[in-house]
Amino acid sequence: MLRYALLRIFGAIPTLLLVIALAFLMVHAAPGGPFDADRVLSPEIEENIARAYNLDEPLPQQFVRYLKGLARGDLGPSYRYRDYDVSELIGNALPVTVQLGVLAMSLAIIAGIAAGLTAALSKNSYIDRLVTGIAMTGISVPVFVVAPLMVLVFAVYLQWLPASWTGGGGISRLILPVVALALPQIAYIARLTRASMIGVLSSDYVRTARAQGLKTSSIIRYHALKPAMLPLLSYMGPAIAGILTGSVVVEEVFGIPGVGQFFIRGALNRDYTLVLGIVIFYATLVISLNLVVDLLYGILDPRIGGR
Amino acid sequence: MSYLAAIRPILRKSRDNKTIVVCSSILLLIAAVALIGPLLSPHHYARTDFGSPFMLPSGSHWHLFGTDSLGRDLFVRTLLGVKVTLFVAIIASGVSLGIGVAYGAIAGYVGGRVDAVMMRAVDALYALPFIFFVILLMVVFERNFLLIFVAIGAINWLDMARIVRGQTLSLKRREFVDAARLIGVSTPGIILRHITPNLFGVVVVYMTLTIPQAILVESLLSFLGLGVQEPQTSLGALVNGGLSNMERAPWLLLIPAIVLALILLCFNFLGDGLRDVVDPKKKI
Repeated sequence: MLRYALLRIFGAIPTLLLVIALAFLMVHAAPGGPFDADRVLSPEIEENIARAYNLDEPLPQQFVRYLKGLARGDLGPSYRYRDYDVSELIGNALPVTVQLGVLAMSLAIIAGIAAGLTAALSKNSYIDRLVTGIAMTGISVPVFVVAPLMVLVFAVYLQWLPASWTGGGGISRLILPVVALALPQIAYIARLTRASMIGVLSSDYVRTARAQGLKTSSIIRYHALKPAMLPLLSYMGPAIAGILTGSVVVEEVFGIPGVGQFFIRGALNRDYTLVLGIVIFYATLVISLNLVVDLLYGILDPRIGGR
Repeated sequence: MSYLAAIRPILRKSRDNKTIVVCSSILLLIAAVALIGPLLSPHHYARTDFGSPFMLPSGSHWHLFGTDSLGRDLFVRTLLGVKVTLFVAIIASGVSLGIGVAYGAIAGYVGGRVDAVMMRAVDALYALPFIFFVILLMVVFERNFLLIFVAIGAINWLDMARIVRGQTLSLKRREFVDAARLIGVSTPGIILRHITPNLFGVVVVYMTLTIPQAILVESLLSFLGLGVQEPQTSLGALVNGGLSNMERAPWLLLIPAIVLALILLCFNFLGDGLRDVVDPKKKI
């Protein structure tokens, strides 16, 4: 197990470095500098700006400087938000995004497993067909279509919930964004749970348990549930990436001041360092969470960890 | 074996499948209307008319879907959006298909250590949140139409590579490949002339599942204002426009949203149906 854990951890480091190098190169290979769009400046001022942001150094040197900063958690200054560091901007916006993401993930896991199990246990019934149909819709229709439609129905017409972050306090302003963010993941998890539960229920050892006269409820609880849940664990990585992508949209639709909104503002303003910093931050987050999922998998399924 | 021969059995089996027939008909209908509709309408997608903003959908003046905040005809704009969205998605899927088939066929056919390294790289890439890199690309290289294709295609090839590799592994043990090797056909020759034509059926099926993914990425970018730029439009950009005028003119949001949802649903159901036809065991 220890060998497996170390292997996975050392495997993640080159991926992370590759990601950082790729993102850094992309930004610095850009035609023109970050300040070209502003008014025309005299060469002296341009030189001063370049020196202030260390843009006059050769590229490898800039990269090493950036990496050193990264190791200290410093992502450099923002090009557009004067007097702010990218790390500060991310740090200020992070709590809201984490709150949204954690709530949406929990909702997705609970509702997705519940729906998937219900469908699997009454396979081919009309409930099963209803769940599969809704799940297909949930997968097909993107967050940026569902979220505005939810606002239209629940905020504009029914007026049950606020349409935006500033429109209401407490829990009411969280409900629409969290549900919108969770919906596609609920759909995926429901489909996975259903397929995997049906697979497990038709396996030989479940048939044996049935032949021994065990109640269906105890077969499910003691024999079928754990193996049926294992494939879900490997979906957690893509789910996390999906929630992160979705949070960008949801924060934009509901006007939530999270990391995603800064990302979009940065992208539209061509704030290179901010966008670069957030891409690296997101990639690091996804890679580390994937690592955690892998290690958990190794613990829960000894066949993998022992290999 | 020719490319056509590879899809003929799939076509034959698909004819009896209701989902496939219904979904492909709806998609063909939408595509046909998107191509022909603008020619029949008296309106141009970019022409503004400040005298008649926010007109309700009606037959008068041929504003079938009403007009937007600048008085532009939503019917023509929606059809343009459909055209742009479908075009981007098909080209992008073509790019991902090219990369995926080449990568998967080489990994599968060469095998051994090359295969192991190539597939480990795919595993590593799977973990990355690619959409953020695409957005980064969009920021750095302006909003370049061509770049949208390439970027979206470049992120969608991973699934294709895995599927093609799996198929190649089983194909390369078949007798006709042995025969080709015996008479001295080179490795690239075998991959090009004997492996890829036989992959074609499966590849076409999985491409119907890649297209909705590409549509999703394109419309997400356009929704965020990073994709297709005014006065051109795409369904994602139209949904975004509808969002800001939602209280005054809900149809500006509803119509593009429903069209986009319909296209995505049809592609997904079609892909699922075709996959069942090709590989009944994988049904989930």
